[in-house]
Amino acid sequence: MTVLTAFRSRARATGRRVSADTPSWLFAAPALVVYALVVLYPAVSGMVYAFTDWSGIGEDRSFVGLANFGTLLGDEQAMGSIGNTILLTVAVVAVQNGVGLLLALGVNAKLKSRGLLRVIFFAPVVVSPVMVAFLWKYLFNPDPSAGLNGLLGLEVDWLGDPSVALWSIAGMVVWQYAGYSMVIFLAGLEGVPKELYEAAMIDGAGTWQRFRYVTWPLLAPAVTINLMLSTIGGLKLFDQVFAATNGGPGYATETLSTVLYKQAFVFGKFGYSTAIALVLALFVAAVSLVQVYYLRGREVTA
Amino acid sequence: MRRTYLLEIVMIAVAVAFMFPVYILISLSLKDPPQISQSPLALPNPPTLDNFASAWSAAALGPSLMNSTVITVVSLVALITLGSFASYFLARVKSGLGYGLYILFLLGIVLPFQLGMIPLYQLVTELGLIGTHAGLILFYTGIQLPFTVFLYTGFIRALPREYASAAQIDGASHLVAFTRVVFPLLRPITGTVLILNAVFIWNDFFTPLIYLGGSGFETIPVSVFAYVGQYVSQHGLVFAGLVLGALPIVLVFLVLQRYVIKGFSSGLKG
Repeated sequence: MTVLTAFRSRARATGRRVSADTPSWLFAAPALVVYALVVLYPAVSGMVYAFTDWSGIGEDRSFVGLANFGTLLGDEQAMGSIGNTILLTVAVVAVQNGVGLLLALGVNAKLKSRGLLRVIFFAPVVVSPVMVAFLWKYLFNPDPSAGLNGLLGLEVDWLGDPSVALWSIAGMVVWQYAGYSMVIFLAGLEGVPKELYEAAMIDGAGTWQRFRYVTWPLLAPAVTINLMLSTIGGLKLFDQVFAATNGGPGYATETLSTVLYKQAFVFGKFGYSTAIALVLALFVAAVSLVQVYYLRGREVTA
Repeated sequence: MRRTYLLEIVMIAVAVAFMFPVYILISLSLKDPPQISQSPLALPNPPTLDNFASAWSAAALGPSLMNSTVITVVSLVALITLGSFASYFLARVKSGLGYGLYILFLLGIVLPFQLGMIPLYQLVTELGLIGTHAGLILFYTGIQLPFTVFLYTGFIRALPREYASAAQIDGASHLVAFTRVVFPLLRPITGTVLILNAVFIWNDFFTPLIYLGGSGFETIPVSVFAYVGQYVSQHGLVFAGLVLGALPIVLVFLVLQRYVIKGFSSGLKG
């Protein structure tokens, strides 16, 4: 009680209402310092380097204007990698979310094995993508008696045939991350009130109609999150390609991330590499903005 | 009722097909070279553990396990401390400047790290932190702060101010009110922050490869990468290395699966 009285008199003396004041900015200072050092300063420098011919060694560099972007337009490997990145992203987004949704709808039914199924389908998500890529690299070997060919009775050169390799990589990414989409859809499905299904059934709605008019609209937030995550993940894809094909055969599986890695760390063209990184950054930013505005628009509440 | 049984059978069949790669992974790791070339799909007969003994020492998995653990744990402590403190300020501040600061943090979620990758590599080199645990811990703390701040700020905004106010009326400073009263209330979101960041840091490959490659302080994915490159055609050895490399995080996942799945599915409601 005495503490309280003393406190009150102090609060009156300083003329402040303690309950309404905010914590000192010192709370945010350490985080801001680390963030500025590790993210902001390098990103801003990167944007500047994109307009130079910096080789990465020493301070020797000069501004070259838009020359790096001009080089990019005439660089078959880099332009091909933009096409590959888009194809790979579209394939992964469509199939991963389609499979994830089907798995979620299956697992969401009152199955005895639902807990176990959920764990099985999700497990690959927690494993390092590099290790998953090495496993699939073996499964994709062209030997007709081993791996995927042995199982399916096929004779496909999954990673060696330039017209197949990109889709093989998409397949392995989908295998690893379909369970991620599944758990986000499952969280969405749990939020659909049971009464709505009962009401729809009383109105005579069939399975498809219940999905189309009850489940699907209410899943919109989960759809938004899943599309955002898989699109950004697809655009930045590096580990799996690096470990499975390193961009080959030829340039068939080269992505923006593998090309900018090689330009920097293999060819020492740091200026050019950051120009490619800037293009990637613009892709990611544009896609994120479009998705947020467009997809948020179709979200409804139960 | 009959339809549920049918669905159950279909889903179990899908799960069995889904696990084919895992079956190949484990069965090959238990086979000797003749078995791998002659019967690549069959069960190991007889199974052998020789691959595991060789892989454990050849891939330097003991030291890598230590490196990965140190880097992940210290980065998580730094992220949770810096992130929760900063978010407490960002969630409670009312000025426009405070809101601007919050937006500045969120910008980091959209920026691909490749944009700053090379200047940052140069900076870390100048600081003398290439090839050290500290360099990567600094990297992960910075690169994962935006996401961490995003999760914490959203959670704290939904938390009534009265908890902290009550403590302050009893004479506690902001620091004490936060650490003793508010922080314990953040447990659900701290769990999410912990799980999502732990899985990301543990499995991250590219930055540890360029920061730690050849230093003797490699994390598990980097060691496994180097090891596979060396024994590329000896599939039994490679797969035993992959099993051992994946085992720690898979075991943690199986023990904490309920929390891990919840973390992944609930933490991203924006």
